[in-house]
Amino acid sequence: MNTQSNATAPTLGTQSAAPADIPALQQFYSLIQRETWESRYLYIAPLAAAGLFLLGFVISMVYFPGRLRSALGSAELHDVINQPFDLVAVMIMAFTFFVAMFYCLDALYGERRDRSILFWKSLPVSDTATVISKASIPIVVVPLFAFALTVATQLVMLVLSSVVIQGSGLTAGMLWSQLSLFHAWHTLFVHLVTGHGLWYAPIYAYLLLVSAWARRAPFLWATLPLVAVGGAEKIAFNTQYLVTILEGRIVGGPSVDGAAAGMNMDAMTPFTLTQLVSSPGLWIGLLVATAFLAGAIRLRRQRGPI
Amino acid sequence: MACIEARSLRKVFGNTVALDGVDLKVEEGRIVGLIGPNGAGKTTALNAIVGLTPYEGTLNVLGCDPWSQRDQLMREACFIADVAVLPRWIRVSQLLDYVAGVHPRFDRRKAENFLAKTTIKHSSKVRELSKGMVTQLHLALVMAMDAKLLILDEPTLGLDILYRKQFYDSLLNDYFDGGRTIVVATHEVEEVQHVLTDLMFIDRGHIVFSCSMEELEGCYFEVMVQPDTLDAALALKPIHQRRVFGRTILLFEGAEKQQLEDLGEVRTPGVADLFVAVMSRQPDRGQGAVQ
Repeated sequence: MNTQSNATAPTLGTQSAAPADIPALQQFYSLIQRETWESRYLYIAPLAAAGLFLLGFVISMVYFPGRLRSALGSAELHDVINQPFDLVAVMIMAFTFFVAMFYCLDALYGERRDRSILFWKSLPVSDTATVISKASIPIVVVPLFAFALTVATQLVMLVLSSVVIQGSGLTAGMLWSQLSLFHAWHTLFVHLVTGHGLWYAPIYAYLLLVSAWARRAPFLWATLPLVAVGGAEKIAFNTQYLVTILEGRIVGGPSVDGAAAGMNMDAMTPFTLTQLVSSPGLWIGLLVATAFLAGAIRLRRQRGPI
Repeated sequence: MACIEARSLRKVFGNTVALDGVDLKVEEGRIVGLIGPNGAGKTTALNAIVGLTPYEGTLNVLGCDPWSQRDQLMREACFIADVAVLPRWIRVSQLLDYVAGVHPRFDRRKAENFLAKTTIKHSSKVRELSKGMVTQLHLALVMAMDAKLLILDEPTLGLDILYRKQFYDSLLNDYFDGGRTIVVATHEVEEVQHVLTDLMFIDRGHIVFSCSMEELEGCYFEVMVQPDTLDAALALKPIHQRRVFGRTILLFEGAEKQQLEDLGEVRTPGVADLFVAVMSRQPDRGQGAVQ
């Protein structure tokens, strides 16, 4: 034993010199990175959609100067110029919302199905850190990515259309004067962070909970019980609270009076911080999300491979 | 300090009692073989030790309660659950990045040096590797983790003999340094017996036999006896007998070696033979019921 401990002395030396801990933030970064490696569709699908849209936009450039000329001086001009910019923002938003939901349903189910949970759990990462990192993807990472992708796509569109307009003898300046991109970006950013991140947080947390719980078909477990409960409520009490709650959550947004703000671009007026903080719906949603995530953490700890 | 200490460990799944009051103690620096038939409770016991399953009773692993402190325990313990638990979608380089990013005692260079001796490419995805290569990759990660305790649950199941041998050779030559502790559950008893320092047999949730290899050599003897000395030999109460080519091989526990040498050639029994002998002594388990 003595001779052996001599032989291992150098290892022991480096061991004590090595940091005993990896900073929580650095570990968290690795966890987030891991998610993006596994679920590449999170960015590939919106990127592909944006690419396809750009292709359509390039084709539309053939008619664009003509349409612009016929709209000159009329109120339509604003729409002709703004419509594609609004459309791409809405499309990227919808895409990222769907991939985020799809991601949540698979996040804690896939690792159990392919047994890799046994490997992940053999590393010094707590279930809490794992679930929080997975929840951060739809709540933080995806909205920020959607914002960056929208801005990038709109910038490409702006450059393209400016070149085309300039080439057709019109001045690109009129394009710029009709577009208020900085204002739109500010609105979009607030909408994505508060609406798609915080307001939708309970939806994502619910899906993560189902994903941690289901032994098979998490999509069916996530949807059919809601339909069944909604139906039972209607027939038993002739009320539709569940449907109202879900509708308010999906198409609504944080607003002062709690009324559904709607998903269209005009409704994306930025909330002031006071309005946001005073919206009870937001806080209730965040509380519910926290409870769902706590459940998911518990389940992740208990459940093994399926 | 004992590396693993369990007292009346119990685990029930529905109607099945997987662990029925297991008491065990593994000292630091030992290489313990946990051997048992299918469904004996090996995996459940190992899962409890690494904090993957809740249990009744007390369990202390490296000073931690595994169920409530799994993330803390896994800084100093490693676990290979199976041959196929590495995620199939990941690239080798990503796997190295990830482990380096979350494990404070992971030495990436060590893992890379080990991988350099294999044909595994950093750009490969796990799904593109053969079963044997996946095991090599997992071993490379584990060997670079500088852990005190390594738990292996059937780490070489389904691999060919070359990979199996290489696995245990690497473990013994490159990993084990006398200060580390290894617990391995396996069916491939013959292949690991030269590696082990201790044996533990588990059957239906109980540890039914436990001894060190030195004790095995000092207490258990196998004698091949000719038919004419069989009666004399049976009088010494062997714990097991089997017939090979018309001659009888008897297994003795705690008998005088001198006395046995008069009966025929005395050898230390193989772990597999001892296992069969111990299992056939178990109530309700007929001879030959266990292979």
